[in-house]
Amino acid sequence: METKTRIDFISLLLYLFIACIGIASVYSATSEQGAFTLLEGRSGRQLMWYGVSVFLAIVIFLLNSEFFEVFSWYFYIGLMLLLVAVLFVGAEIAGSRSWLKIGSFSLQPAEFAKYGTAFAIAAFLSHIDVSLSKRKDLLTAGAIIGIPAVLIILQGDAGSALVFSSFILVLYREGLTPLVLVLGLTAILIFVLTMVIGTGILAGIVLAILGVFLSFTYTNKKIILPSIIAAVACIAFSFSVQYIFSEVLQEHQQKRIQVTLNLLEDPQGAGYNVNQAKIAIGSGGFNGKGFLKGSHTKGDFIPEQTTDFIFCTIGEEGGWLWSAGTILLFTLLILRLYWLAHRAKKKYKRVFIFSVASIIFFHLTVNIGMTIGLMPVIGIPLPLISYGGSSILAFSLLIFTALRFDASRDEDLQSVFS
Amino acid sequence: MLSRRSYYIYAAVLIVAMIYVYRLFQLQVLDDKYAVLADKISLRKQTIYPQRGLIFDRNKKLLVYNEPVRDLMVSVPFQIEGIDTSLLCELIGIDTTEFRERLERAEKNAYQRKAVFLKNVSNKIYARIHERLFEFKGFFFEIRQDRNYKYVSSAHVLGFLGEVSRSDLESQESDYYEQGDFVGKKGVEQFYEEFLRGEKGEKYIYIDKLGTSKGSYQDGRLDIEPVDGNDLILTIDIALQEYGEQLLQNKMGSMVAIQPKTGEILALISSPFYNPRNFNIQNRSEFYGKAAVNPTKPLFNRAVSAPYPPGSTFKPLMALVALQDGAINPGTHFPCPGFYRLGGRIIRCHGHPSPTSLERSIASSCNTFYCHTFRTMMQLDKYEDTEAAYRSWYNYLQSFGLGRALGIDVNGESKGWLKDAEFYDRMHGKGSWIYANIISLSFGQGELGFTPMQMANIAATIANRGYFYTPHVIKSISGVDTIPSKYTEKHQTLVEEKYFNAVIEGMKLVTISGTAAHVAIEGIQIAGKTGTVQNPHGKNHSAYMAFAPADDPEIAIAVVVEESGYGATWAAPMAHLMIEKYMFPDSTTKKQYLEERLMNADLIPEKYKNGN
Ligand SMILES: [Zn+2]
Repeated sequence: METKTRIDFISLLLYLFIACIGIASVYSATSEQGAFTLLEGRSGRQLMWYGVSVFLAIVIFLLNSEFFEVFSWYFYIGLMLLLVAVLFVGAEIAGSRSWLKIGSFSLQPAEFAKYGTAFAIAAFLSHIDVSLSKRKDLLTAGAIIGIPAVLIILQGDAGSALVFSSFILVLYREGLTPLVLVLGLTAILIFVLTMVIGTGILAGIVLAILGVFLSFTYTNKKIILPSIIAAVACIAFSFSVQYIFSEVLQEHQQKRIQVTLNLLEDPQGAGYNVNQAKIAIGSGGFNGKGFLKGSHTKGDFIPEQTTDFIFCTIGEEGGWLWSAGTILLFTLLILRLYWLAHRAKKKYKRVFIFSVASIIFFHLTVNIGMTIGLMPVIGIPLPLISYGGSSILAFSLLIFTALRFDASRDEDLQSVFS
Repeated sequence: MLSRRSYYIYAAVLIVAMIYVYRLFQLQVLDDKYAVLADKISLRKQTIYPQRGLIFDRNKKLLVYNEPVRDLMVSVPFQIEGIDTSLLCELIGIDTTEFRERLERAEKNAYQRKAVFLKNVSNKIYARIHERLFEFKGFFFEIRQDRNYKYVSSAHVLGFLGEVSRSDLESQESDYYEQGDFVGKKGVEQFYEEFLRGEKGEKYIYIDKLGTSKGSYQDGRLDIEPVDGNDLILTIDIALQEYGEQLLQNKMGSMVAIQPKTGEILALISSPFYNPRNFNIQNRSEFYGKAAVNPTKPLFNRAVSAPYPPGSTFKPLMALVALQDGAINPGTHFPCPGFYRLGGRIIRCHGHPSPTSLERSIASSCNTFYCHTFRTMMQLDKYEDTEAAYRSWYNYLQSFGLGRALGIDVNGESKGWLKDAEFYDRMHGKGSWIYANIISLSFGQGELGFTPMQMANIAATIANRGYFYTPHVIKSISGVDTIPSKYTEKHQTLVEEKYFNAVIEGMKLVTISGTAAHVAIEGIQIAGKTGTVQNPHGKNHSAYMAFAPADDPEIAIAVVVEESGYGATWAAPMAHLMIEKYMFPDSTTKKQYLEERLMNADLIPEKYKNGN
């Protein structure tokens, strides 16, 4: 069989297409703020980061896949040290200490931590002795994911920390019992219901369900105790959610959650961003207002409109066509990456590529969900589109490393059979 | 082969994508409220105010012109970050407490996401701030047209502008006016508002959240250019008007001069008057309150709003009505012993030769003659009873424009007092009143009241020998061919032309050998009639009406000077000087001593001066 280093053109084209939308959106969102050509201001810097990305991509493709595999843990440890370092020497911007200043540039190690964690989890799970059905290995995997998440929370950037939950999908794919997912989803359901109807009613409903359930299955004595325990656990969880919500979370965090769940009408306060975002996107109509013609974008009504809320510009100027199209492109990229993961012959590569797809999926879901009012406001960027060097570089590294692994899949086949 | 778990994950990705795409469809395509909201937030309609029409006098002298006023506006909601508020406060001369108060008020009154922060910014403050305005994002100026005046004159005729009131806004038929617009409030500014105002223009612009313009909306396709207002040429002769104002200064009273052949009002003066410059938008708040509580009522347009009993100035009209009705004829004489006895009551006259002819009765202002005349008319055989006779008398007067608003184009017109027969029915009981109850009407007292405008119109009607045109101050409107048709319609009275000669002869005698002979004007034959109006509240009102030249009248005039004394002392000489001024505008009067005495006299009773 012929061995050939071939890049997956479908992914590459999707990457380039999304990158162009990103540059155009950043340009549109900033063109009135002093930068008047594509090459100036934020769009110019965005282009520069893409230039750096291309350079990094070439470097990645010049390196042997095995290089990454060997150095996986070094990447991880190195980035963890960087996260710790940020806590001490980082620059504080907008309330979180998550930036490292290097000359005139600021880097956000949290963005790169995903890259290191993907390597580490891939290296760990591909180890011949590791199985997620073993409690020890499960805890280790949890620690690999949890350490960066905790360090990032310590920086005060809860949104970026949440991104690490996308690795649960990776663990699930690699054999984690679905119970974890079921428990997780149940927890989210209870959380939402607690917020909406309160612990009291929720407890009543749970007890009613328990009563009905037991009246049908009381003959099966084995089920009685676990179902009672489950019900009590649900109620207890609900109480703790209530407690955490009112006692632990800060007021602005409480409000964000309440606004998302439509429990609070506060268009000028916590809901301001989302409200303006919805207005911008909603006013785009089917066709959009046209490139550079978004009055809401131009009017600077949306906070963070080049970063977290960049999707508003696409929605306003491109209308439904372009916003749905952007989601389509992302969906295709994610599915393509999942497919690349699937066709990887080595577990290490599969886990890594799968992680990349899952991270993008998580970012997409949370970021766009937030701008259209389906998710609480969590400040994470839209991959490849939001302005920001760290984010662009991190996602480029993730994607090109995945593509590098995919490109050399035939070698793996050979090595297996030779 | 894909594992089941992989399928689940693919499905999850697709489900999220579908939910989001549908949600976007819902926001962007199905629900159009967001487009409306977006425009509401980021679109602003800027009103472009047209130039209001200018106002000229009959000789094309500019009276009223426009002067821009600037309001400092603030965008709402206001973003205070990055603004040096203490510097701004210093520049516009307020303190930070006031700054906060004004901001709060602005946010309450915001319309189109903006509100007035500081009204009528003075030129001094404007010069200080406008070059640095870029430092104060969210603040901008809006320019509107205020009025200014070439002459400190004619305030009551011209009226003034004011901000449109809430009730005006609610009752307007179209939705032309918006809160904060200026609208004519009085005088011709109000009456000819629709011509003067022009049409506002509109400009739609996008704004950012600081309220700064971000360019035009739809490339200006929806923008509307403003249309400037029509200029007005008034019938007022500003030289005559100013002269009259000088004569009436420091007096309470009024003068109206009309060109009889056209009904054009040459001068319309109410005194005390006010400086129109003090009543433009910029200055009014400073002066209005004081003027409004001034006991001499400078804001009150006596010329059209104040009815006075005409007193003896009514006699020529009384004679005309009696002539037409057949109660007297030009040769009628009545004896006058110096009084008229009415049962136990005596109505006094004053010393003059007896018996009195019609002409002499006017020249000497004989009360007895008119008591006889009135009694005769009320008891004419053709009338069933006094009431029928009174109705006839009433109709004659109505045909002279009395007892009703004439329909002039200056607001605030009073109907005057002219009671119908029903009034006396109510007062005395039906059928139980006779001439004796109402005899004082015959010499212009009792339940009779004419505004100076109505008196001047009587003079004009007599000058015309029986007809009048509704008095008006509009001569022409630029861009419009005609003036309102009601000002070109001839109103014929019920008294035929042939009866006027005898009366006019009598009025001529007034200035030859009668009550106003001492102030006759050389070279102009004036027909006039003095009046001394009894005033239960103080000194008599001095009244006079006249027209000249008597045989080819060019000017008719009525003058009332409140609480001053005899008609012959004040009103008559003033009217004569006005006539002289109008007939010989370029030469100074030979009666300079008279002019001086009149101009310098302060006839405002002390009680009004000391009043609070
Ligand atoms: Zn007499």
